[in-house]
Amino acid sequence: MHTFAELIIVLIILLDLALAVTGSLSSCIRLVAVQGVVAGLLPLLAGSGAPHLRALLFAAVIMTLKGAVFPWLLMRARDKSGARKDVEPLISYPASIVLCLGAFIASSWMGSRLPLPETQVAWIVPASLATIFTGFLLITTRSKAITQVLGYLVIENGIYIFGLALFVEQPMMVELAILLDVFVAVFVMGIAIFHISREFDHIDTAELSELSDWRRGEYGK
Amino acid sequence: MIIAMMLLPLAAGIAAFMIRGDRARRALLLWTARFHLLFTVSQFVLAFRAGTFSAGPAAAAAPQGTVWFQYDALGLFFAGIASLLFLGAAHYAVAYLAAEKHDPGSDADDGFIFNNAPEAVFTGCLLLFLAAMTGVTASRNMGLLWALVEATTLLSAPLIYFHRHKRSLEATWKYLLICSVGIALALMGNLFLGAAGLKTGAGLDLSALFLKAAVLDKPLLKAAFLFLFVGYGTKMGLSPFHTWLPDAHSEAPAVVSALLSGALLNCAFLGILRAGAVCAAAGLADFTGGILVLFGLLSIITAALFMLGQRDYKRLLAYSSIEHMGILALGIGLGGGAAFGALLGALSHSLTKAGLFFTSGVVLAAEKTKRIADVRGLWRRAPATAALWLAGFFIITGAPPSGIFLAKFLILKEAVYGRHYWLAGLFLLAKVFIAMTFGEREAKAAEKPFTEPRGMLVPACAFFMLVIGLGLYLPGWLRALIAASVSNAGGKL
Repeated sequence: MHTFAELIIVLIILLDLALAVTGSLSSCIRLVAVQGVVAGLLPLLAGSGAPHLRALLFAAVIMTLKGAVFPWLLMRARDKSGARKDVEPLISYPASIVLCLGAFIASSWMGSRLPLPETQVAWIVPASLATIFTGFLLITTRSKAITQVLGYLVIENGIYIFGLALFVEQPMMVELAILLDVFVAVFVMGIAIFHISREFDHIDTAELSELSDWRRGEYGK
Repeated sequence: MIIAMMLLPLAAGIAAFMIRGDRARRALLLWTARFHLLFTVSQFVLAFRAGTFSAGPAAAAAPQGTVWFQYDALGLFFAGIASLLFLGAAHYAVAYLAAEKHDPGSDADDGFIFNNAPEAVFTGCLLLFLAAMTGVTASRNMGLLWALVEATTLLSAPLIYFHRHKRSLEATWKYLLICSVGIALALMGNLFLGAAGLKTGAGLDLSALFLKAAVLDKPLLKAAFLFLFVGYGTKMGLSPFHTWLPDAHSEAPAVVSALLSGALLNCAFLGILRAGAVCAAAGLADFTGGILVLFGLLSIITAALFMLGQRDYKRLLAYSSIEHMGILALGIGLGGGAAFGALLGALSHSLTKAGLFFTSGVVLAAEKTKRIADVRGLWRRAPATAALWLAGFFIITGAPPSGIFLAKFLILKEAVYGRHYWLAGLFLLAKVFIAMTFGEREAKAAEKPFTEPRGMLVPACAFFMLVIGLGLYLPGWLRALIAASVSNAGGKL
């Protein structure tokens, strides 16, 4: 069972790297969905013995949300906004992948330094940290509003895997509340993207720069 | 009772989405706010009679089974602030919405025309926002607290986007993204907290954490506090994580700015206080205190610097909120009498800032601009507004007699070195506002006479009087409540 879980960890790291170099917006949405589903599989494989009914149900909810509902919402936001079909990175793709690899090396180092309890699955802590870094990379170096939402989801995936690595059992109610929050967040962000595209005729967040402290004096003239 | 406090605004919020008539919906908002305050007060009276507020951080005696929601003094203190503020906001909102109906938007500074979001959505989100904040103050589980804080972000985002135009949309997007990502880091903090208690099975339940505080894993607990601090600090507007705050506060309608500044920032601060209390129980009070003092001072300095060149009075108020959040963090970090001062300051700041934002809404309606340089001679055009505006600024800068003065004095007593930064910033603040009120009015052709909306000024007036009252006389029950809150937050008096 554990070798299979380790294969999944490798897959998650590969997905991080793929996200760093993928130029097509729809592929990015699909990659994030795949990562969510794969991460949802992890708790079923990492434990010993047959998983509980509770875990099965929860995994099913996660996989439906991350694998089907979120991609659908984001694809809809992409179509409605009529945006260009690539992610328009602010830095080049080679630079992105170098940063992503660097993040992975840093996470491996951090993973070995953190005073964490022993994990049964190798590489799970570095993989989760690298995923969180990749999420931040997507938020900061891609100019579209949709990629920022994708970055938020990747961070969420990373935190989810990190929680598995630490074996922190949250009560069902809390886990469901967190999931509901993420769902509503994506929903609200999707609506906001729709409004941004209608108001500005694009969803480039680099243009969202009217509010600042130093240029206030000019407007209205 | 606690469940009723959350269910009431929740049910009313959902109902508000469906009610068609404006009049009925506004009445619902008002009555929900009134009953919510009634519930909060009776909750307080019950707890006070039972004498449950005396114990230390583990105030709620070890419960049987899992308790999700329960009030200790600290939670009830912040719930009281939120509830009182919401009542004022509800009164203001009713007058505001009625005025907006007849005067659809043309932008104050750029002059373009925009629409407002449907009133039903606005009222509904306002009520749901109250429900989420009540939940934050009552929750006894760090995981649940996280989920509810994130819920407040999501529910208040539509409120900021009430005026549908580019600038408010930009503010909403920044708010949504920065706060959501920030709070995701707090989730990491919760995981570390869970890992710290893994061997002892403490989980994320506050009572269990306090009971087993001595045997928690210290390095992991420190990591947990750092992440929770950054996460909730983002939401609270501590520098350098504050970047969303001036934008959101300046673009949201005045009533929403008042609630964000007065109630929401406190709720985020509660998250930090809870984490700090667990650390204090585990003997890490020096560690958390150092971090709070450092970022508190940084926030005060940042706010003072950005206030200097500020040309927009709502942004100025927003930076003043950052400054006051810095003062809170500093006071709690210093501990002792300063912690008492900090909590008193939280109450006074919430009331004063809400009153100022309410007044700023009237100033905006009267002058149609948010630029400080364009508002001159308010005294002649809207005397009552001008009087409140000026009074508010004397109070917020800490002029005696007021609760803020008392709070700052208590913190100063504990640490004299922070003084210079504040005084510089505060002095400048005062200068700007006196110029706005008394300055010479430029002759504008065909100026419409402006009638001051009473309904929008009364809440501000009431709040200011309360704050001044606090400076003159601090009632015994409030003193006891704050003292118990300080001990809930892990401090000693």
